[in-house]
Amino acid sequence: MKSRVAYFGVFTALALIFSYVESLIPFQMGIPGVKLGLANLIIVVALYKMDLRETYLLSVTRVVLSGFLFGNYFSIIYSLAGGLLSLTVMACLKKRGGFSVMGISVAGGVFHNVGQLVVAMLVVETYSVMYYLPVLLIAGLVTGFLIGLVSNEMIKRLVNIQM
Amino acid sequence: MKINLEKKDKRLIVVIVCIAFLALLAHLVIGTDGAGKVTVKVNGELKGTYSLAEDQEIEINGGTNILQIKNGRADMTEADCPDQLCVNQRAVSRQGESIICLPNKVIVEVESSESSELDAVTN
Repeated sequence: MKSRVAYFGVFTALALIFSYVESLIPFQMGIPGVKLGLANLIIVVALYKMDLRETYLLSVTRVVLSGFLFGNYFSIIYSLAGGLLSLTVMACLKKRGGFSVMGISVAGGVFHNVGQLVVAMLVVETYSVMYYLPVLLIAGLVTGFLIGLVSNEMIKRLVNIQM
Repeated sequence: MKINLEKKDKRLIVVIVCIAFLALLAHLVIGTDGAGKVTVKVNGELKGTYSLAEDQEIEINGGTNILQIKNGRADMTEADCPDQLCVNQRAVSRQGESIICLPNKVIVEVESSESSELDAVTN
């Protein structure tokens, strides 16, 4: 389709804007490292609207660009690990079938955090960060659920867009 | 807005909650008694660090307070202060926990062998 590139650009821009909005809100919830993951909203929607290769490309582009713009070298590595792991898990679950957008988004949120924790373990070279796992699992569950709610509505309303 | 959860979604959520709970449990069971140590400070000055691994009794401040380390936990067993708050406090063993005796300016703090101080924060 000739509008592919245009849609890809729009999705990338949206994901970047969400990253930016999120970096503006000091959304702390009392737990360091826990974020809503607004940009994941776009990834979830893209998973349903684009083919998988483009979704991966979108995820990487989003992470690298927002990392250079709003973050630092480390945040790129963390987000890349989290983003790619979560996208892989979401794609697998979607392929297996039986999951709704909610379930896929929850899995995405949880594995985003798991991926980051794994990188943290490699960087700090200790397993003691594992104590953070329960917190991150539950946080990923909650944020994934919220993101799932919104993406569900978005996907319903974006019927005309299909790449 | 209606929340539609498929059967598998619910199962996924339950599994995640279970894993989180198990991880928490595992942490409580295994994670606590690593070879931690306690630091003893009097009036802000470091008086010594003691391993939680070996049982011992430590006289602090020339005997105003007695700290007992037993089974990987540190407990203040005696203090000459009137309020006895530190004595009544439960034994400490986990990273960051502390016993403080204000009248004698004694601070006992647990530090794990691996430092868990933040050395980098990313957003």
